[in-house]
Amino acid sequence: MIHPIPSGTRDVLPDETREVRAITDALRGVFERHGYGEVYTPALEYESVLARAGHTAQGAGSSGEAQPAYRVFDGSGAALVLRSDMTVPIARVVATRYPTAEPPLRFCYLAHCYRGVRPQRGQPRELLQAGIELIGAPAPQGTAEALGVLCAALDTVGLEDYRIGLGDASLFPSLMASLGVSEDARPRLLAALANRDFVGLEEELAGLGLAAQDRDLLLDVPQRRGGPDVLAASTGVVADAAANMRQVYELLDAQVAERVIFDLGLVRSIGYYTGAVFEVYDPALGAPIGGGGRYDELLGRFGRSLPAVGFALGVDRLHIALMGEERGTGALL
Amino acid sequence: MTSATNGLTIAVPRGALFDETVELLSGLGLDTAELRSNDRKLLFEDIGVITMRPSDVPTYVESGAADIGITGKDVLLEQAAHGSEDPARREVYELLDLGYGRCTMVLASKAGPDLAAEALRRLGVMRVATKYPRIAARHLEQTGRQAEIVEVKGSVELAPLTGMVEAIVDLTATGATLREHDLIVREEIVECTARLIANPVAHKLRAEAIDRLLERLRAA
Repeated sequence: MIHPIPSGTRDVLPDETREVRAITDALRGVFERHGYGEVYTPALEYESVLARAGHTAQGAGSSGEAQPAYRVFDGSGAALVLRSDMTVPIARVVATRYPTAEPPLRFCYLAHCYRGVRPQRGQPRELLQAGIELIGAPAPQGTAEALGVLCAALDTVGLEDYRIGLGDASLFPSLMASLGVSEDARPRLLAALANRDFVGLEEELAGLGLAAQDRDLLLDVPQRRGGPDVLAASTGVVADAAANMRQVYELLDAQVAERVIFDLGLVRSIGYYTGAVFEVYDPALGAPIGGGGRYDELLGRFGRSLPAVGFALGVDRLHIALMGEERGTGALL
Repeated sequence: MTSATNGLTIAVPRGALFDETVELLSGLGLDTAELRSNDRKLLFEDIGVITMRPSDVPTYVESGAADIGITGKDVLLEQAAHGSEDPARREVYELLDLGYGRCTMVLASKAGPDLAAEALRRLGVMRVATKYPRIAARHLEQTGRQAEIVEVKGSVELAPLTGMVEAIVDLTATGATLREHDLIVREEIVECTARLIANPVAHKLRAEAIDRLLERLRAA
């Protein structure tokens, strides 16, 4: 008899589990060695609690893929959701269980999260994430620490050719504000950028009546990516963001720094990021393996205002990339 | 590997966009002789080209099997009809409007009295046949009309002529096919042209190669 399981979910059988366990054990070891204590939280949370993170907002600039997609009602009629990431539950844990603990606080997790995505390779609806949250450590030191742990984790599992894209979530909004883009046009521009649609961005910009050099700047800046020279030759708010990225960069160990690609157009689909954002790329996979960033305002929404940074890796994607590297095949190889 | 495309793998659409795409690649210095002469071959490794139907281009580019690709805006719209939240959306960069392959997505129906309007008024819904069910559904939703979308795979013009539907949503370049079947354009939905798209990881890891190609295409 064949009994179906929901789209985007799957069973993991012993051969695969053994390989996944080798990865998760290695990741857990790295996280623990760096002082990050592992936590478990419920897969089901009150919708009203997670909503504090802004997870219910719709449209451009909202939480995108981190929006909870599965909703049930408990016996008393309260709405419960399956968590879509671990960052928000850990923000809740910090406010609730560590109301007075001296920061910084360091947590790690290996947990399943649930998203209403189109199921495809390495993108299930039930996805196993491995990550850390560093609470109470401001930029740039906290960001540099998180990037250090990220690279240590990837090195330890044996991924070789990965790169880290480093950007700043506040850059494009600041740039729009400083160039006098009207408030009502900003979400449309940001949506085009989040959609990776530079043709659409150019069309939107053309209709705004901006000076030619400002329009060109708004189109050019988010397409700048590459080595440290990307940060040079910037002025105004771009220079401010570049200075922040350079500060982080200067704190990185050499073997971490050499992995970095500066990307002034990096936009994460999750809405709570405030500063540095990053993504992990490997030529063996056509999609990012994971990512993260600073979310300095999220904890405040739960009642304990602390700067924070974290990342999550998709364990399935990491597994695919490791196998691709091992076989010398894969997306871009 | 070839210097003309900086070592990138390009997904090239067979069909209506093929000739102009090949022309464009020739202009970049790519040796397209075999590409032009052999229409059964799919993989041209020595020039970094793979060929496929236009609607498959985003799939290959999203997966990374091709670094970049060329396809119509109609294809991109159909695969992401509801913007960034649309689960069908392909994670690809849209880098450049190449300008060729211009055509219009239209709503058309039989000449004479508007049967769709009558159906809407008397039956509450209009029936619309299309190869682009997501674009059609979105257009009708946004214009506040209830519709039953009938997805067909070819010769959409047949659907209203047989009375199966009152209207169609389809792509038209010259309008010749519509006129031949006594159909008239009632609404223009969106203009579509060929677009250059890129894989999100290739866009970062092969930034220089992609940007140099972009520059040359813009200058072309």
